Amino acid sequence: MNIQARPLPVATAPLAPEVFEVEEEHHDAGAITTLGFWIYLMSDCILFASLFASFVVLRGATAGGPSGREIFNLPYVAVETSCLLVSSFTYGMAMISAESGKRAWVLRWLGLTLALGLAFMGLELHEFAKLISEGSGPDRSGFLSAFFTLVGTHGLHVTSGMVWMLVLMAHVLRNGLTEANRTRLMCLSLFWHFLDIVWIGVFTVVYLMGVA
Amino acid sequence: MHEPRGPLIPSPAHGPSEATPHATVRSYVTGFVLSVVLTAIPFVLVMSGLAPAATTVPICVALGVAQIVVHLVYFLHMNTSSSQTWNTAAFVFTFVIVAILVGGSLWVMYHMDMNMMPGMMPME
Repeated sequence: MNIQARPLPVATAPLAPEVFEVEEEHHDAGAITTLGFWIYLMSDCILFASLFASFVVLRGATAGGPSGREIFNLPYVAVETSCLLVSSFTYGMAMISAESGKRAWVLRWLGLTLALGLAFMGLELHEFAKLISEGSGPDRSGFLSAFFTLVGTHGLHVTSGMVWMLVLMAHVLRNGLTEANRTRLMCLSLFWHFLDIVWIGVFTVVYLMGVA
Repeated sequence: MHEPRGPLIPSPAHGPSEATPHATVRSYVTGFVLSVVLTAIPFVLVMSGLAPAATTVPICVALGVAQIVVHLVYFLHMNTSSSQTWNTAAFVFTFVIVAILVGGSLWVMYHMDMNMMPGMMPME
């Protein structure tokens, strides 16, 4: 990532620094943006960690309402999980197409990723609507509040990722795979894979451990 | 539709491969297949109800952690190369915070629950 402290332009190198700066500036911009985004993701990680901690603490606080075992439908969750996992893979393919400069393929793979993201959100919203209509909304018990907060926050992230993806597709369509667009694609790639990692935690801790 | 800058040829000075460690179709396929297996096993295990919760829960957690590692390596391309020192440092720091946050919360709340049990309150 090459962001170690640069030697100060001292007398030993009177001319080199300027040339060096100009050339490095460009290269560093993308790498530093990516590192900055990575640090944002790490802080997001802490946000999700707090939500996971509250969920696990409140897991048994059903207040006479339904427990996880009664409301979770594992085959349904398995379909949601596959959507997200396949979308991670298709995004990876978009990144590979971007590296070899195939703009049309980048757009196709991104379109497919977006469709899978939409399918995931559709399934999740349907699950939420069903639970609320059955009277198992977030106001029913501590367990359900924690459940809706954790899974809902993940869903909001996925939704913003999809909006971002749409905007990025427009960028790539307009300007092609420029340096700036590649950096943006890289950041969204980190974001999208990160959300899939959070979902591994969700299906393990919330759904599988809830039913087991 | 127009192509203002034409196809971008990555110049050796700042090609994407430098900022983004080597990603190949092969690595994504490997990661994907491993993830499918690591997802399928816990789902089948819980849905079939073959083993009691005391056995399935630790297995699910272990496989979940394994899948997270697979994602980090094959999808996020994390490695120990010197070009990623800062990414790795941030990750390790976050990992410590997350461990304290989650582990600490559960530890405290578990003991609080135990001590608040009816009958365990000290009688005056």
